[in-house]
Amino acid sequence: MNVITIVLVLIVLAALWASLTTLLLRATIALALTSAMLAVVMYSLGATIAAVVELSVCAGLISVVFVSVISLTQRKPFKDYLTRRMSRMRRFWPLPMVLVAVGVALSFIHSPVQVALPLPGGDGDVRTVLWSFRQLDLFGQILILLAGVFGVLVLFKKEGKDGD
Amino acid sequence: MSDVILLLPFAALLVLNILPRDARAHAWIVAAVVFGLQTVFAILQPFGLIDWSFLGPFEKAVGFNLHSDNLSVLLLLTAGIAGLASLLVGRARFGQPRARFAFANLLLIALIGINGIAMVRDLFSLYVFIEVTSVAAVILVAVRDGEAAFEGAWKYLLLSVVASVLMLASVALFLLTAGGVSFDEAAAALAAPTPEVWIAAALFLCGLFVKSAMVPFHGWLADAYSEAPPAVSVFLAGIVTKASGIFALMRLAPAALSAAGPGRTILLVVGAVTAVGGAFLSLTQTDMKRMLAYSSISQMGYIVMALGGQPALAIAAAALHFFNHTVSKAQLFTNAAALEAQLGTRDMDRMGGIAARMPVTGGTAAVASLSVAGLPPLAGFWSKLLIVIALWKAGQVVFAVIAVLTSLVTLAYFLSLQRKVFFGTILPEWSEVREAGPGYLVPALALAAITVAIGLGFPFLLPILLGGGA
Repeated sequence: MNVITIVLVLIVLAALWASLTTLLLRATIALALTSAMLAVVMYSLGATIAAVVELSVCAGLISVVFVSVISLTQRKPFKDYLTRRMSRMRRFWPLPMVLVAVGVALSFIHSPVQVALPLPGGDGDVRTVLWSFRQLDLFGQILILLAGVFGVLVLFKKEGKDGD
Repeated sequence: MSDVILLLPFAALLVLNILPRDARAHAWIVAAVVFGLQTVFAILQPFGLIDWSFLGPFEKAVGFNLHSDNLSVLLLLTAGIAGLASLLVGRARFGQPRARFAFANLLLIALIGINGIAMVRDLFSLYVFIEVTSVAAVILVAVRDGEAAFEGAWKYLLLSVVASVLMLASVALFLLTAGGVSFDEAAAALAAPTPEVWIAAALFLCGLFVKSAMVPFHGWLADAYSEAPPAVSVFLAGIVTKASGIFALMRLAPAALSAAGPGRTILLVVGAVTAVGGAFLSLTQTDMKRMLAYSSISQMGYIVMALGGQPALAIAAAALHFFNHTVSKAQLFTNAAALEAQLGTRDMDRMGGIAARMPVTGGTAAVASLSVAGLPPLAGFWSKLLIVIALWKAGQVVFAVIAVLTSLVTLAYFLSLQRKVFFGTILPEWSEVREAGPGYLVPALALAAITVAIGLGFPFLLPILLGGGA
């Protein structure tokens, strides 16, 4: 078992923790861990820029945003937390087992998939690809960010009620 | 022309956000101009009345590599019409200037997403623009305060994310196995499929089924449609769900599905289950918007079922029903908005005899209801007839019969709606109710006129439709 396999197993465990915990702060930490380990995998595959973006944006910036929002919430009583944790455990106990079963099933498939990705052109540099070949998709990403900004304004900045 | 259609709403978005704060209350005018121009462009485009060659250097500089065909024009046109109706209702309904401003901006972002879906030529870009549309739509649902709107948006978001993961995984598999993600490369891979290509196609199809609210992935739609602000419901039901799910299926099905392959059978079965399931779920509703939402699910099932019909007719039938349903459902949600504004309720059991006090709303609702139910000579009759013929000619007699019988159920729930809401003796509490304002009546009358005009002018429309469905 090499290091990458261990990291992949840890990613799954961290993702499960993020999904199952009932505390928002712990879910944020678990998600950041998942992203950080994913960045390690990306780096080991030679995707240096993707790894840097994953680490800085997904593990870093987004975690800061999550923690900032969580700091604006109020914590429920500890008794409520225990009750919700038990209820969550009862609902989601099959999830890890399903995950292991799917993993075992997939491990039996010896896929002939070639992982040598075709280059969309240029010198294969991610910046050339983004700005010369996928500018339409970049435009789409900018729009999603804009929609997010309006989402924040709509959801978190309320005025007096007047109609809808 | 394609790049301009994508960049025009974006330019309007930028203009809106540099307007002085006092002028932002009129943002809907800027948005209405964009939607109106798009509608006019889309009407003129098939007739070649505008020479777009002067835009060549600009499009080369932008380099978006978009492509517009008759199917693209269909989506551009329906988005323009539904957007105009939604803006008019929004102007009447949104009280706060800030809400109106956010509504206009989000509607423009959703429009860019829809226009992108109409004109892209590869699976990844299609995924990106479906995401743009979905994110804007989720936020639009949540514009109205309250737990129910938040729940509707949350359900929409959750299922939308599931669909996104499925589609993104599919795009990755296509890239690995087909050597690219353009529609042509994906179609070539499907012509000689390996197990990985089958998995990729199945994942993308499941993603589109979730986005189109096909049964059993329909759970989110009724909450999203019914709890969204009325103006947003008009746009969602009119175009958003169809653009992000059904249109993508229409775009991909002809190239990707061979007549004998399992793909068409899957579309037939899923479409039929959705058409029947949605119709029976509509029968049991008492909330008018929920009933219309389930009706939308049922009608989208018809469109998917049509795609499994005879290839020569399938796209024409699906495209016509796509247009007709957009017009009629945008109109019925406009009628529902008018009723909610005047009565303060959507509960059909509390209404009765409203047509006496709101004759325009009642009359236009009757036109749209009968059209969706497929009664001649309205537009919906012709599209359903084409669907039945497409199924019959493909040898799918059972599905043709299901389509006809489901129309009877559709007629039943729309007659029930008419009886509960508009006919009978008016209840004393509604005796002083007045007709809604022009923000509701203008779009309702315009959309009803389109339904009647398409119905009466269908013999002239059919050659155009069959000549250039895709």
